[in-house]
Amino acid sequence: MAQAAAHHSHDHDHGHHDPQELKMLGFWIFLVTDVILFSTLFATFVVLRNSTAGGPGGAELFNMTGVIIETFLLLTSSFTSGLAVLAMNKGSMKGLINWLIVTAILGLGFIGFEVYEFVELVHEGANFGTSAFLSAFFTLVGTHGLHVSLGLVWMIGLMFQLKKRGLTPETKGKVSALSLYWHFLDAVWIFLLTVVYLMGVM
Amino acid sequence: MLDKIKEFASTFFVTGDPMIYGADVSIALAMIGIVFVLTYFKKWGWLWKNWLTTVDHKKVGIMYILAAILMLFRGGVDALLMRLQLATPDVTLLHPEHYNQIFTTHGTIMILFMAMPLMFGLFNIAVPLQIGARDVAFPFLNALSFWLFFMGAMLFNLSFVIGGSPDAGWLSYPPLSELQFSPGVGQNFYIWGIQISGIGSLATGINFIVTIIKMRAPGMTWMKMPVFTWSVFSSCVIIIFAFPILTVTLALLFLDRFGGGHFFTLDFGGNPMMYINLIWMWGHPEVYIVVIPAFGIYSEVISVFSKKKLFGYKSMVYAMFMIAILSFFTWAHHFFTMGSGADVNAFFAISTMVIAIPTGVKVFNWLFTMYRGKITFKTPMMWAIAFIPNFLIAGLTGVMLSVAPADFQFHNSYFLVAHFHSALIGGVVFGYLAGLYYWWPKMFGFTLPETPGKWAFWFWNIGFYVCFIPQYSLGLMGMTRRLSTYGWDTGWQPLNLVSTVGAFLMGIGFLFQVLQILLGIKNFRKLKDTTGDPWGGHTLEWSIPSPAPEYNFATIPQVEERDDWWAEKDKRAKGIFRKQPPIEAIHMPKNSAIPFIMSVFFFIAGFGFVFGWSIFYIPGLIGVAICMICRSFFSYDGDYYIPADEVKRTEAAIRGSV
Ligand code: HEM
Ligand SMILES: [Cu+2]
Repeated sequence: MAQAAAHHSHDHDHGHHDPQELKMLGFWIFLVTDVILFSTLFATFVVLRNSTAGGPGGAELFNMTGVIIETFLLLTSSFTSGLAVLAMNKGSMKGLINWLIVTAILGLGFIGFEVYEFVELVHEGANFGTSAFLSAFFTLVGTHGLHVSLGLVWMIGLMFQLKKRGLTPETKGKVSALSLYWHFLDAVWIFLLTVVYLMGVM
Repeated sequence: MLDKIKEFASTFFVTGDPMIYGADVSIALAMIGIVFVLTYFKKWGWLWKNWLTTVDHKKVGIMYILAAILMLFRGGVDALLMRLQLATPDVTLLHPEHYNQIFTTHGTIMILFMAMPLMFGLFNIAVPLQIGARDVAFPFLNALSFWLFFMGAMLFNLSFVIGGSPDAGWLSYPPLSELQFSPGVGQNFYIWGIQISGIGSLATGINFIVTIIKMRAPGMTWMKMPVFTWSVFSSCVIIIFAFPILTVTLALLFLDRFGGGHFFTLDFGGNPMMYINLIWMWGHPEVYIVVIPAFGIYSEVISVFSKKKLFGYKSMVYAMFMIAILSFFTWAHHFFTMGSGADVNAFFAISTMVIAIPTGVKVFNWLFTMYRGKITFKTPMMWAIAFIPNFLIAGLTGVMLSVAPADFQFHNSYFLVAHFHSALIGGVVFGYLAGLYYWWPKMFGFTLPETPGKWAFWFWNIGFYVCFIPQYSLGLMGMTRRLSTYGWDTGWQPLNLVSTVGAFLMGIGFLFQVLQILLGIKNFRKLKDTTGDPWGGHTLEWSIPSPAPEYNFATIPQVEERDDWWAEKDKRAKGIFRKQPPIEAIHMPKNSAIPFIMSVFFFIAGFGFVFGWSIFYIPGLIGVAICMICRSFFSYDGDYYIPADEVKRTEAAIRGSV
């Protein structure tokens, strides 16, 4: 059959594909599936948001100060993760690590506030099993929180890898994917803020 | 103490039914047998190195297919038991609870653990070879997908002997599947078996989309891509949109059962209809996920065995994509009777009927491809042809079901059972069998003997009509689905008996296929495929030797035409040869034990969640996390090179020249 002439620039990788490019596309598609996952949870929440079964609703429960602090922390961390990528593109390992540390601290702060908020709710007697509304609330917000937590674990692991391996195409690819993921979680949070909290207290 | 142990054992192990004791014994014997054979022939190392840790897409494909055939057997035995029970009135072979378990496990296994893996097996075998690639985009992830499917399937099957099987139907509608009405662990097995394998399916979807977008050989534009690859692409697009919905739906059901949630319960504001909408938003597209690749196979097989190009290639591609998109707008036709109102029903009735249009286009394309072709009736072609009249029936009855007012009569009757089996057996299973016969030589290096294959074909086909045509009438006579027995006064006896006979004819067909494979292995030398192209194929997989060497293509092909290998053969016949580029070292992924080990941890975690035992699920989850971290840290040296000399030697050995 028709055979390719050996005109590739990298002779050894003949017929092989840039692994970083493949991974990035794969990661984008993974994010599409995550969008579907969150959309399904959003749909469930919207359908069940008034099914409080006589229990408390969003207007009585939500503490907007906490939510605004959370929002501030997460949006800032999204910004700092962007700064981390900028530092990486400039080739500055130190800048990259430092900005990742700042991002991780902000992310931890977000999780801390969220956990505190959940504990408060449970104390007030509004727990997961109280009503369909609360089941949907805890699941939707909790799933986002779980995503953020996994992102944090990933970020910390990645910092160790960066220390050990330095800036290689692989580690750079991982940082780009992580930052993409972090921005994505930010976007999901904006929807959460709107649909769950703002529309909930209105 | 002894009493306590006894009590525990009787809730843990399923007891009381001789059939289950029989299964226990045969499972134990099979396990001992496998361990003995592997130890006796000193094959553990071989098994580990060549199979359990492989990341070669061809081997992963073979493992998928083996597992799927095993599951076809299990699901088939379930089917025969049900048909035996229904052969005449008042049979007491299965008591009602057992019957419920059997139709549930039969449906679940056939769709999720038979059709899906058989399909993924064929994806793995054919797609990289058809597009001239050396592998899939993410070989490690591919192996992980397989092991997740396998462990999920095993977890699901375990329910038969440990804890008890699910019995709320293959889609587990609440409130029946809620803790209140299904207090046993059966539903948990259902949830975790599907959940674990579902993650694998989602990953496969992503993997093949990236493979097809990025790894086509130079020159293979989208419109030069083989039809089967197109069908895989469409199917994977549906997977990435549909499977996350399933993941969420099952997770919510689990939260209801395990965490005291109220998503779908009857009290505290839960809404069972929410579940039914969600599960069908996955469930209807799922049917198209499995049938579209079958359409791809029919297209390949019909054009190769008619010695013609596929008629209407472009319209075929558009039709597949249309179906993929439309499949997401029909889900509510599964519950026309549940009170959504006339306008909603009308919308879904019309969107369902619209799907008949692209499907009709495809059928005409196949017919025109055969028209004036030089048809050879080898087994793959026979299955492909047999599909057409059958799919006309399935399609026609499908359109009947989509008429919302009429559906109030057909809903949950045997008419429906007959319809979806026509679509699933005649459309999906026939297609995959055609594909299996078609690519068999590429997988194993020999063709299967035709004579037992033809016997198998006729038994399956005649049995198929004998089994399902009477069921259409039974449905109209008022017999409902999921019925464990009925009385003499119904008048349903004769047709049911005929139907059961048909089911057994299909069972005999299956036995002939087993025989065919055994005979094929026995006469391996005589049936050996030395050409690499036993059918006169059109696409790139037939340009390399059978079975394909581990690196697939010694040099990456440069594609010029749609049926490139066919065009190339034409040119060679005219004495025009293109210059071969020099062979170079080939970059390959290394084997890895992580996919297997990680899936075992998933299994342990799943088992723990089924019983709510934290001593299992906590270590299981930790194991999964450790595997992920290891993978992330060790992913930097996951490849190696096959030196050019070795490639040359291999090529010389299999082709007889360099
Ligand atoms: C090989 C021959 C087969 C026979 C004889 C057979 C027979 C049956 C029977 C008797 C039932 C129960 C109907 C009832 O509820 O009363 C059933 C249900 C079902 N079958 Fe099959 N079947 C076969 C193959 C398949 C295949 C290949 C698939 C899918 C790929 C499939 C999917 C299903 C599903 C989804 C159900 C519904 C289960 C439920 O009601 O929850 N079957 N089948
Ligand atoms: Cu449907």
